Amino acid sequence: MAAKIMDFDKALELFEPVLGFEVHVELNTKTKMFSDAPNSFGREPNTDLAPVDLGLPGSMPVVNAQAVRYSISLGLALGCSIAASSRFARKNYFYPDLGKNYQISQYDEPIAYEGQVEVELEDGTLVEVPIERAHMEEDAGKLTHVGGAAGRIQGAEYSLVDYNRAGVPLVEIVTKPIFGAEHHAPELGAAYVRTIRDIVRALGISDARMERGNIRCDANVSLRPRGQEKLGTRTETKNVNSMRSVERAVRYEIQRQAAILADGGTITQETRHWHEDTGVTSPGRPKSDADDYRYFPEPDLLPVVPSRELIEELRAALPEPPAARRRRLKAEWGFTDLEFQDVANGGVLVEVEQTIAAGTTPAAARKWWTGEIARLANEAGRETSDLVEPAAVAELQKLVDAGTLTDKLARQVLEGMVAGEGTPQEIVDARGLAVVSDDGALIAAIDEALQAQPDVLAKIKDGKVQAAGAIIGAVMKAMRGQADAARVRELILERAAQ
Amino acid sequence: MSDIIRLTAAELADKLAAGEVSSVEATQAHLDRIAAVDGDVHAFLHVNEKALDAAADIDRRRAAGEQLGPIAGVPLAVKDVLVTTDMPSTSGSKILEGYMSPFDATVVARSRAAGLVPLGKTNMDEFAMGSSTEHSAYGPTHNPWDLERIPGGSGGGSAAAVAAFEAPLALGSDTGGSIRQPAHVTGTVGIKPTYGGVSRYGAIALASSLDQVGPVTRTVLDAGLLHDVIGGHDPHDSTSLTDAWPSFADAAREGARGDVLKGLKVGVVKELPDSGFQAGVAESFRASLDVLQAHGAEIVEISAPHFEYGVAAYYLILPAEASSNLAKFDSVRFGMRVDLNGGTVEDVMAATRDAGFGDEVKRRIILGTYALSAGYYDAYYGSAQKVRTLIQQDFTAAFGQVDVIATPSAPTTAFKLGEKIGDPLQMYLNDLTTIPANLAGVPGISIPSGLASDDGLPVGIQFLAPAREDARLYRVGAALEAALVDSWGGPLLDRAPVLGGAR
Amino acid sequence: MVSEITPDLVRHLGVLARIRLSDEEVERLTGQLDVIVDNIAKVSQVATPDVAATSHPIALQNVFRPDEVGQTLTHEQALQNAPDAADGRFRVTAILGEEQ
Repeated sequence: MAAKIMDFDKALELFEPVLGFEVHVELNTKTKMFSDAPNSFGREPNTDLAPVDLGLPGSMPVVNAQAVRYSISLGLALGCSIAASSRFARKNYFYPDLGKNYQISQYDEPIAYEGQVEVELEDGTLVEVPIERAHMEEDAGKLTHVGGAAGRIQGAEYSLVDYNRAGVPLVEIVTKPIFGAEHHAPELGAAYVRTIRDIVRALGISDARMERGNIRCDANVSLRPRGQEKLGTRTETKNVNSMRSVERAVRYEIQRQAAILADGGTITQETRHWHEDTGVTSPGRPKSDADDYRYFPEPDLLPVVPSRELIEELRAALPEPPAARRRRLKAEWGFTDLEFQDVANGGVLVEVEQTIAAGTTPAAARKWWTGEIARLANEAGRETSDLVEPAAVAELQKLVDAGTLTDKLARQVLEGMVAGEGTPQEIVDARGLAVVSDDGALIAAIDEALQAQPDVLAKIKDGKVQAAGAIIGAVMKAMRGQADAARVRELILERAAQ
Repeated sequence: MSDIIRLTAAELADKLAAGEVSSVEATQAHLDRIAAVDGDVHAFLHVNEKALDAAADIDRRRAAGEQLGPIAGVPLAVKDVLVTTDMPSTSGSKILEGYMSPFDATVVARSRAAGLVPLGKTNMDEFAMGSSTEHSAYGPTHNPWDLERIPGGSGGGSAAAVAAFEAPLALGSDTGGSIRQPAHVTGTVGIKPTYGGVSRYGAIALASSLDQVGPVTRTVLDAGLLHDVIGGHDPHDSTSLTDAWPSFADAAREGARGDVLKGLKVGVVKELPDSGFQAGVAESFRASLDVLQAHGAEIVEISAPHFEYGVAAYYLILPAEASSNLAKFDSVRFGMRVDLNGGTVEDVMAATRDAGFGDEVKRRIILGTYALSAGYYDAYYGSAQKVRTLIQQDFTAAFGQVDVIATPSAPTTAFKLGEKIGDPLQMYLNDLTTIPANLAGVPGISIPSGLASDDGLPVGIQFLAPAREDARLYRVGAALEAALVDSWGGPLLDRAPVLGGAR
Repeated sequence: MVSEITPDLVRHLGVLARIRLSDEEVERLTGQLDVIVDNIAKVSQVATPDVAATSHPIALQNVFRPDEVGQTLTHEQALQNAPDAADGRFRVTAILGEEQ
């Protein structure tokens, strides 16, 4: 039975939404946070582990220097102060995906605190999202549930654990309560995560592919009746696996909570689970004192005391803040406001930038990323930015520029790239998609077409050049599109002139 | 053959180097000794079937002219808290029965690299929680001085092994006195190094901020030789110190030469009056102080007003850290798993930990869970950490006046097996004098000070030094040892009862 | 500040610590845990606000390792003590609780 929801606008009439986001960013260091096991994707389960990843008796953690540097850089990029002294803490709880049944995290002395991030909405409004803190911690392993419905935990017979991911470095970014988003609340969530993503990609510290779980978001939503001081009870929604989901989940929670409150009910403080397929949240476990994490300072690790010099070194190496960067790029690329907005709203700013860096013109880069790639992403329900690599898009465009591909053929190659068939050149070769540049072959096709439509030649000789169109069409069909239409036209006219 | 086992490690090492005895012979002699007496003593949980192979390898390399370390070829007993790749590591618990570690503890790896021959794994209180080795899941160890008495704990196995001449050297661990107190009740030598002086990597953790690994031997020089092998920075242990350490064997030799005691200021803690100790223990302690004085040392009364809070603080900090350190024993990746025929993993975890942990371990885990509980942290664990600060301040102030502090190593001599097991509070008081060093991180040594006049059982004297001044303990310990052994006409262990044969 | 040690509290602690406790054990532990009350009382005599807490006996800081892959366990070593495994992964029975 679906939960009752209120119309969104009505909900906002009656209630003020207050938001909070916890975003986890996976760092792309070579090794894990507390062990020298490799931090890489897609290996066979339980390979290349360090003893501490499995919590083996006698094993001990040792901090990854690079992860600390990345975390400080991220803190600075979020406008945070960097702690003079920062320490690790144990978060104690039992779960099979934990090697030690505690997570080494940070509690009372996070590495970064008190910052703000400027987020740009679709209509150009700038919202300043206040950051409470950013802290370092380690990821858990991966569970696979067997025997239940669709791999879900409920009703599973047993579960399998792979600890490859256990210990991967994470930075958790926690916002303060966000007020004033109003009708933009759902959009703000997605825009915020997108901004974090852009920041960490610009810093080069994370691949930040939401699909891969490199960046994860938990959305907190509460409502308070208009005019009330006291904050409402908040829910935390997990399993929000895409930007779109962030937006949808926030919107849904607002509508769901509004319906309950309007009926005179109360909101249960709980963790909820987002379902992308049905577009609803469902309750997880109620937040209770079963979540007594018994934090205490990690005795096996020592405090992190970043020097002045290190902080200034990292600060000097920061890329420009997102707003300034956007202004610069818009000017450099010569886009209109609308064109630039398309790129920014499509969440492909970094991708366009990187495609241009790989040799494409701004116009071509924009055309691909806001055009065909966005269309394919939308169809597949995926993030545009995750679909293909900018360098590959640049390569594709080079093939078009060289005349090897027409736009139409290039779109076919793009589909192959998205399907993972290989590089553009590999796909062209494998599928035999290259434009035929051999005039001889074209002329042969033209002659065949002319023979089939004898009156056309006369028409052209007569000056009715448009008649060539029918021949071009026939030739393109015969060549399966692998011909440059302009060249075909040229050759036809040459023929006619003979 | 029996002569070999009566040699100190230093003496055996000399003979090995001189080619007078082979490592295979020495190892065989100790294996024979174990076979003869360990049925009664029960120091060992596991004897290394490959010991002779390792010994033969050392002999081979020596014969080939290879340059070997000073104690290469000497047999070594290893407390079962230290993980080994070739022998099971149980930490005295059923929950780890048969556990085979894929890596060696750093101290074990260094020992092997130095040519020491691991003889076997020794018995201990479960997860090092205890002062009598009666909490071992595999049955208690018996004190070689009186088989009906406890050998101390948690490292009773290692101490008993060296006291019974089953091994010349042993490795132990000390969290609240687990090396020093067994040394005291068995008439042997034990050192808890400065915190961070010896790697904890591969030592199954009890309380991370208190644990240290150290040598268990019959003489101070032997301890120094072993400490030289195992000590020093380990990048796998973030809390290990990067200091370069002097040779402790050299410090011991220097101490034995004699002049060290002249002008040495020895502090005696006002707040640990004789009345708090068994009469025979206090008497032996005073007698040793007299010997120190006779050799030119000055006895100075010092105040350590916060020592009395040590036990209370310790029994808040230890259980808290232990409750977290022992969470990893959950049936999932290693160790015991109880088959519940269905049941959730939470059920299996709970049932396994119920079946696999003994009463003392459960008690401390529950206590520790409570001490860390939401809302109680500041009052309990947080406050106990303040006592640590105060005790460190006591030590700093004291060491401003004296070079070393001396105390009896424990309040009583070896009590009878079963005597205190029903009363945890009574048991906890055994650690009264040893706990402050763990809280503060300073090094401590226990050497035999004699036999108690009231029951004829061994008594140990403990010395404490400032952090990083472990060498001072070796100098002072060796000096007093030389003087005492001289006055006794031979080591204290010469007077231990003869073991061997059916009981 | 100091909460009373009751059997319910002990049972709750048993759940937090994932140790199944029999009724007899709960009763026994309830009595024995009173020792903690004494310890706390003792410690609080001197643990005043002006005293700093020391969590590490020897003050070190900034202990790091370089971001380089070291020696790791083989797949076989990782699983060598597994009570139950399938498909190269550790196997456990059905999980009740949610991921954190």
